[in-house]
Amino acid sequence: MPDGAAPVLDVRGLKTVFRTRGGEVHAVNTVSFHLQKGELLGVVGESGSGKSVTMMSLVGLLPSPPADVRAGQVLLDGVDILKIAPEALRDIRGAKIGFVFQDPMTSLNPVFTVGAQIAEPLIRHMGLTKAQAATRAVELLELVGISDARARLKSYPHQFSGGMRQRVMIAIALACDPDVLIADEPTTALDVTIQAQILELVKELRQKLGMAIIWITHDLGVIAGIADRVIVMYGGQVVEHAPVKELFANPQHPYTRALLKTIPSLTGQRAARLQVIEGQPPIMLAEPNSCPFRARCAYTHDRCHAENPARRPVDARALGHGHDVACHWTATASQPEAAHA
Amino acid sequence: MRDTAARRKLVEVDSLKMYFPIHSGVFRRHTGDIKAVDGISFDIYEGETLGLVGESGCGKSTVGRAMLRLYEPTAGRVTIDGEDVSSLSPEMLRRKRPSMQMVFQDPQACLNPRMTLSAIIGEPLNEHTNWSTDRKLDRIYELMDAVGLNRRFANRFPHEFSGGQRQRIGIARALALNPKFIVCDEPIAALDVSIQAQVVNLLEDLQEKFGLTYLFISHDLSMVRHIADRVAVMYLGRIAELSPRDALYARPLHPYAEALLSAVPEPDPNLEATRSRIILQGDVPSPARPPKGCNFCTRCPKVFDLCRSEKPQLREVEPGRQVACHLYNGINTASGSTAGTEAKEHSQQGAN
Repeated sequence: MPDGAAPVLDVRGLKTVFRTRGGEVHAVNTVSFHLQKGELLGVVGESGSGKSVTMMSLVGLLPSPPADVRAGQVLLDGVDILKIAPEALRDIRGAKIGFVFQDPMTSLNPVFTVGAQIAEPLIRHMGLTKAQAATRAVELLELVGISDARARLKSYPHQFSGGMRQRVMIAIALACDPDVLIADEPTTALDVTIQAQILELVKELRQKLGMAIIWITHDLGVIAGIADRVIVMYGGQVVEHAPVKELFANPQHPYTRALLKTIPSLTGQRAARLQVIEGQPPIMLAEPNSCPFRARCAYTHDRCHAENPARRPVDARALGHGHDVACHWTATASQPEAAHA
Repeated sequence: MRDTAARRKLVEVDSLKMYFPIHSGVFRRHTGDIKAVDGISFDIYEGETLGLVGESGCGKSTVGRAMLRLYEPTAGRVTIDGEDVSSLSPEMLRRKRPSMQMVFQDPQACLNPRMTLSAIIGEPLNEHTNWSTDRKLDRIYELMDAVGLNRRFANRFPHEFSGGQRQRIGIARALALNPKFIVCDEPIAALDVSIQAQVVNLLEDLQEKFGLTYLFISHDLSMVRHIADRVAVMYLGRIAELSPRDALYARPLHPYAEALLSAVPEPDPNLEATRSRIILQGDVPSPARPPKGCNFCTRCPKVFDLCRSEKPQLREVEPGRQVACHLYNGINTASGSTAGTEAKEHSQQGAN
């Protein structure tokens, strides 16, 4: 990934708030990241960490009210898409940004054929005729590895298995050759052998089409296999960002460290007892002016309660381009892990 | 805890079948069966955790439910602690219930939203004991302590708790009557990663403390490696392989077990970059129309002619390792050490 080139997508200081009866929930708090051409950015976090809401905010898919995208810039090829009219945004969704959702059964329309659903964005965004769209739909289905594509156009979603439905979703997302593909937990609802098929497909498609992908997941194993860079989210904020190998080899944030230790391994040393992260993820009912992880952190000190840490680089590279972490605590050789265990 | 040979079999399952009838046509005639569980046999030793893994629809949850007679099994025999559960009369079955319990997958759905925590945990005590209210309350508090719930929560309702805490309530309820055997049906599948470890550690602590025996049903192979002593891999209603944990994860024998393990992503980028993965083609066939011969023959990378005509039986091919695969024909326990190499020869013949 070329570091100097202008990013395809540049998100700066995004804030999203939900107005609820219990008060405002700060679901996304000052999230910044960028995406280079041809790159796969992994977004990891637990449920409620704000990873899906962040992506929905980018493309105006959140119902407002209750959601309110309060601050920030989302630059797609240099244009701030938060500022443009809803109608114009609709042209961008589907044409420039493709979406793949977690559950392919609920995101496909059960009363339209698969062919009609793939053709819809082609006719809407690219102005193709029905016949042209059908031809392109066959190409797309073949691209995502569905055999006998022409006959399959007339099938309905219920006639497909879960893995094939997810392939159809990917075909729809790819239909207009988007610059950015956002995949929100696309394999979470699938079995592992089917997940392996989809991951293989995505690797292939990246080589063929060279698009930029944002891949949201809670599965660190999936991230390890496909991502170039990773952002870790907790309590609506980015707590750590690093190239994938660096993140797994040298995690800096106490949450990332704990998360990596808490998952049992398939091949490595089998631990007699699993490491746990005590407590529960927070519900962000106030704008955080302290670290969201403080209640569960093994390294908490006074400053964590008084001040929400900003992201700071851990290496020589500029913020957002190398490894950075939002934590007051600094890992050094003189503070070995064991001292805090 | 690991020495299985010397211990008593607490649970014996013999040729268990669970078919769900399909009715169709105007007269709703019985036209076929969904063969969710199609003749499986295994034993669980006292104090052991048997992991039961497989993909969705392979029948693993049905096995757990049929064993406890939450379903009426179509055929087969389930013996728990010396009693044949599958043929008990309703009254006898009711008396047997305290010794066999279940922890369910969805802690939201398995707790009555209108009952307080103490009513939920106390319900089995109302049903099966004639204790005084005070004694029951003592027991409820004892259970809450055991699973790590604060006693102050006793009068709260399920919606006031997080997923992990709800799962603790479900576990406390299962423990109320001092069971010997607990079926854990995907107890961590609905929980976040950081909460999963908490619940798994709790289950392990309780096992040690009360000498429990678990059937741990899960699709999470990494977690099963952590918690189970032996592991059964199911595919389309049948057991493909049943092996001790370390042996299975080090060298799976059945081609399905091998593919399944290779499909699990590892949280290590360096390993992921070099790992070769077996990508299975296609999807799992419908359990209403399983293929002729071996259930796995439609997707197996090592398939050969015999697989399409004859069902392989689950047989011991190495000490303690049972596999249902024609690749291991003619291998018996005596030649266990050479089984691996012979199997490779067989598989090459199969590929030709």
